[in-house]
Amino acid sequence: MSDKRKFLASPYIVFILCGTVIPLLAVLYYALVDKDGNLTFSNLASIADPVHLKSLGLSLLLALICTVICLLLAFPLGLMLRKSGGKKGFIIFMLILPMWMNFLLRTIAWKILLQKNGFINVIFTSLGLGEIDILNTPSAVVLGLVYDFLPFMILPIYNVMVKIDNSLVEAAYDLGATPFKVVRDVILPMSMPGIISGITMTFVPAMTTFAISEILGGNKILLIGNVIELEFLHGGSRNVGSGLSMVMMFFILISMALLNKFDKNGEGTVV
Amino acid sequence: MKKFGKALYIGLIFLFLYLPIFTLVLLSFNDSKTPSSTWRGFTLKWFAEIFSREEWIEALINTLVIGLLAAGIATVIGVAASVGIMAISRRQRIVILQLTNIPMVNAEIVTAISLVLGFALFGLSLSMGTILFAHICFCLPYVILNVMPKLRQTGNISYEAARDLGAGPVKAFFSVVLPDIMPGVVTGFLMSFTMSVDDFVITYFTRPVGINTLSTLIYSQQKVGLRTSMCALSTLIFLLVLLVLLVRMFLTGRAAADKSTNGGV
Repeated sequence: MSDKRKFLASPYIVFILCGTVIPLLAVLYYALVDKDGNLTFSNLASIADPVHLKSLGLSLLLALICTVICLLLAFPLGLMLRKSGGKKGFIIFMLILPMWMNFLLRTIAWKILLQKNGFINVIFTSLGLGEIDILNTPSAVVLGLVYDFLPFMILPIYNVMVKIDNSLVEAAYDLGATPFKVVRDVILPMSMPGIISGITMTFVPAMTTFAISEILGGNKILLIGNVIELEFLHGGSRNVGSGLSMVMMFFILISMALLNKFDKNGEGTVV
Repeated sequence: MKKFGKALYIGLIFLFLYLPIFTLVLLSFNDSKTPSSTWRGFTLKWFAEIFSREEWIEALINTLVIGLLAAGIATVIGVAASVGIMAISRRQRIVILQLTNIPMVNAEIVTAISLVLGFALFGLSLSMGTILFAHICFCLPYVILNVMPKLRQTGNISYEAARDLGAGPVKAFFSVVLPDIMPGVVTGFLMSFTMSVDDFVITYFTRPVGINTLSTLIYSQQKVGLRTSMCALSTLIFLLVLLVLLVRMFLTGRAAADKSTNGGV
């Protein structure tokens, strides 16, 4: 029986080709030629420029810190919310709702909150913790990154954790496991798919953002995203912008490959 | 004590997520032209000012039109594609699904510049159309990833039963398959719409000079100094969405409650 239904996929295949495959090949092409169309490696090599190299390093570092903090905040939250199965719809609603306030504005709100006479400092001084002045420093950017991407870490982790069959957890307790061992040997391995997708959904946008660093870093923090945006839109060269994007993608792919290796190990221990 | 610690932790995380939102809502009632951390008295004038700014209304309309069109078109193409993908060979299916993942895992800025270069390659100058195309591209995976699992759950049985009973393929799809996968279709549409409205990076790159959505307008404004009325506009949108979602939750909650009581009888 030949199934004619498969032709229904053809408009989508056109979109994949024209919207994903060809454009990505175009980036590769632009990255490998100069503005006259001659083959060159100078666009890729421009990452060696000290300013570019520093911004790439800083992006990797801040994205890593952001991912670790998000994971450390989201995993315990998942454990606590795990048994609230009946309220699942409400919890997801509460996590998605903030997205209906524009993310740039939410980031700008942090800028206002963090000002010298802002709300955070009022709270801190009244608690006797002294003033904090982190605006326009990497710490403020990390705060913004954690704020913007935390829901993307919580959602996948929460989604796998509510599905864990509680009888497995009870069985582990019955067999004499301590709470710590239950988390480490039962819940953690079974949450691995959620953790992996949470890390991906946090690390990649955190590493490649340019708006958050601009708003909270006050043009003092240059991330690789800022460099690419400057090259591409503000009088730089599209070719250099493409070259730097390729280098950035290379680092993202390496990170993902490391993560996948870790994932396989995780799955291995489940079986 | 343990219970208290748990509630405190959950409360603090949600406070962290909602603090900027409370701030923005509060700021839009503050009698100060630019958002400031000093309280200068209560006023509603920023809400009135929204409507005197033509470019803002234009940006709002652009945002909604692009969001609705992109989510709508992506939903139609995505549902058709999901049905099609289920019918093709396993190997081809894996290739297509892997390509589907690319826009979701790829860095937004790379997707954005790839689209700009793609448009240049095809000789297209940036327009409302290029923004829409770009939005459809990043919405499609959300539709497919929500619809495919529902189709897989439903399986082929009900469709074939309908065909055996004499329904044509189109009729069988609309009267048997579609109602089954409807929750996935609705979720796919809503996620697409949310993503499109919240998008900044891809719109920022694929728009021509002079066309703005709310995101790009906010971005260009914050460089020169944001006006409080922008907070007011976003507060208005946020409260409107909250109201719609609460009504919807209330209605589906009641429907679910009805269902469970009926099931009990």
